[in-house]
Amino acid sequence: MKLILSSVVNGCRHGKLIEVGRKGSKSLDIPGCLLYTRTGTAPHLTHDTLSLIEGVPEPVHLTLSTLAEHQEVLEEYKEGIGKFIGMPDSLIYCSVNDPASPCPSGYNTNKTVSVWGGGGRIELTLSKFMAIQQAFKPDWYHCMADGEPLPPRSSRKRINKSVDRTLGFLDECLKVHQNSEVLKNAEIIGVIEGGDILEERLRSARETMKRPVGGFLLDGLQGESMTDDLKLDLISSVTGELPVDKPRLIHGIGKPDEVLECVSRGVDLFEGFFPYQVTEQGKALSFNFKYKVDPEAEEEKSLAVPLHQIQGQQLSSTCTSVTHEQCEKNHIFAMLHRNGSGDNDVGSKTSDCDGKVKAFSIDLKNEQFRDDFSPLVEGCPCYCCKNHTRAYLYHLLLTNELLAGVLLMIHNLHHYFAFFQSIRDALKDGCLKDLKELIAKQKV
Amino acid sequence: PDLIAKANGLHGFMNWRRALLTDSGGFQMVSLVELAEVTEEGVRFSSPYNGEEILLSPEKSIEIQNALGSDIMMQLDDVVSSTVTGPRVEEAMYRSIRWLDRCIAANKNPEKQNLFAIIQGGLDAELRKKCLKEMIKRDIPGFAIGGLSGGEEKDHFWRMVLLSTEYLPREKPRYLMGVGYATDLVVCVALGCDMFDCVFPTRTARFGSALVPWGSLQLKHRQYAKDFKPIDEECTCPTCKRYTRAYLHALFKSDTAALHHITIHNIAYQLNLMSSIRESIQQRRFPEFIQQFMKRMYGSADKYPRWAVDALSAVNVKLE
Repeated sequence: MKLILSSVVNGCRHGKLIEVGRKGSKSLDIPGCLLYTRTGTAPHLTHDTLSLIEGVPEPVHLTLSTLAEHQEVLEEYKEGIGKFIGMPDSLIYCSVNDPASPCPSGYNTNKTVSVWGGGGRIELTLSKFMAIQQAFKPDWYHCMADGEPLPPRSSRKRINKSVDRTLGFLDECLKVHQNSEVLKNAEIIGVIEGGDILEERLRSARETMKRPVGGFLLDGLQGESMTDDLKLDLISSVTGELPVDKPRLIHGIGKPDEVLECVSRGVDLFEGFFPYQVTEQGKALSFNFKYKVDPEAEEEKSLAVPLHQIQGQQLSSTCTSVTHEQCEKNHIFAMLHRNGSGDNDVGSKTSDCDGKVKAFSIDLKNEQFRDDFSPLVEGCPCYCCKNHTRAYLYHLLLTNELLAGVLLMIHNLHHYFAFFQSIRDALKDGCLKDLKELIAKQKV
Repeated sequence: PDLIAKANGLHGFMNWRRALLTDSGGFQMVSLVELAEVTEEGVRFSSPYNGEEILLSPEKSIEIQNALGSDIMMQLDDVVSSTVTGPRVEEAMYRSIRWLDRCIAANKNPEKQNLFAIIQGGLDAELRKKCLKEMIKRDIPGFAIGGLSGGEEKDHFWRMVLLSTEYLPREKPRYLMGVGYATDLVVCVALGCDMFDCVFPTRTARFGSALVPWGSLQLKHRQYAKDFKPIDEECTCPTCKRYTRAYLHALFKSDTAALHHITIHNIAYQLNLMSSIRESIQQRRFPEFIQQFMKRMYGSADKYPRWAVDALSAVNVKLE
């Protein structure tokens, strides 16, 4: 595959990957995200409901956590994981750990890496790992790696080991890969480890670069093992070392503000698990990513000045003095202002009855939505927002209906993919800073 | 109901443009019998969560159904389990007639909403007949056959169905509540029923059971782990066109999407069954259809359920 960069501004890369996949026929835009799956399905969604969503990214992300236990089945099936999961024409990226499930550490060894599937722990040796890849036949996969989350301030020795082991695994994977008929047109992604130690990170990057990999995965940055600042610095340093003509993936980063920080530091591809996590909490993504100020909307705003003033008063009142009715009104006024104009202080914040601002999403289990007949997000063109209301979602969540998950997943994926499109647009327009500011204001 | 009224009725709330049928809450007298107290006034239910009591009277039930705006509404009937015998059955039957009249009087929307009566009388032919004779005197758009499909002997079940359809007017729909399984549907169409409802196909889907013309597949079972056929090779539903039994087996423990796939298939199966029935009736070969159906489902004549053979025979369909 080839990476065509249309622009690089302050480390932010904007471009396209072409001739991607085993048939060399796919392309994808970067920065972008992957379609997150569990056991090969976008959670809650059938093929038909998934196709209701606009902007579904090309790469389908599978994990060994959710699929390794079916190795024997795939070996007998022989037609590859893509067809097995009902996505025979999709670009398949196979990683090891599921970003939405906790991964206990302390089980990796010099020769094995462990994953946790539905049936418990599965220990992968190199040959088992490669046997799985050959049975699955993905388009991309990352080499076996020792990326288990390390506790903060782990010993240098342990971190050093993770880098060495991973390089060793990479070399062995490559050996099998290069001799495999079945993996001939697949790409191996090299994995960069190194914990929280800069020298180890750089060593891992420089060594990995020497191998014939299709791209790079920045791993081991999930979880709480280091401060955000350190994490971001390490990311910058690593991407600074890497060749510009190969894509950079990162695992474990999903929140909009974090995504933007990583885009600014040369990361190209992100996992798409964040919308799923939001769905499982009964929440809908609602953050505003429209960084452009729309002149028509500006006018609407100025006409609504009196409401604005009232709004201001209500927002500053404390929870206990706000009646349910007032809360409702707050809400309706907030809705009127959510016109995609990039107006932050009113439109993009949603108050629940606590008067607290929730980051990036609204909690539809909250009673304030019981009779709110507006869509999840005003102006959102997704199937859920075009056809259903917050009140209906509230009802579905209350009665524990499966449909709640389906509708929320549709909206949340749509919203997230549209966010990534806005990142690409902002890069094209040179407005990333505006988008970053807009998102930062909505963070708790 | 106030909330739904604000939402433009149930159609508006759900955003469903097609027909909706609502039940009256009567069945809960059976399913929640421990929490229910029945009097002439109505049914008093007490909440197991907070002890709060609600009175569901014929008037209240119709009021709610009016607010929901469903296209077909059911009367509130006095329902007893089909396994109950004795004077309670008779009491319930007469009360259902009185409640039917109260429902008719309470219906604020007879032009747009069709109120159906529900024939009761348990498994007692005489009581059923009395109920039928009375209820058909009322001018209502349709009739349901109730009080069956609750675990009674199939041999009694079909006789009550046939008795009801013999009395009910030919030009009004006959709705058999709570049916059901494929065989029951086929036989009851032969006995003269038009409409059915059942939780079975979707509920069983959520438990991993896929319906097929020869029975059902328990996709959770290990035997399907490496079965790379679709649920039914002849089925054209979205699930069968794209997914294997093996994948559904693997997915079942992991994501709700498996439930959706199997639900879609089961609904397709039911709809296809009914449409095949209609087609064969129109083409005047329904008896042949029944024969084929039974053969496919049971394999050989000695496996055909006795009650089905008897029921079909009673309407002149002789199975080989």
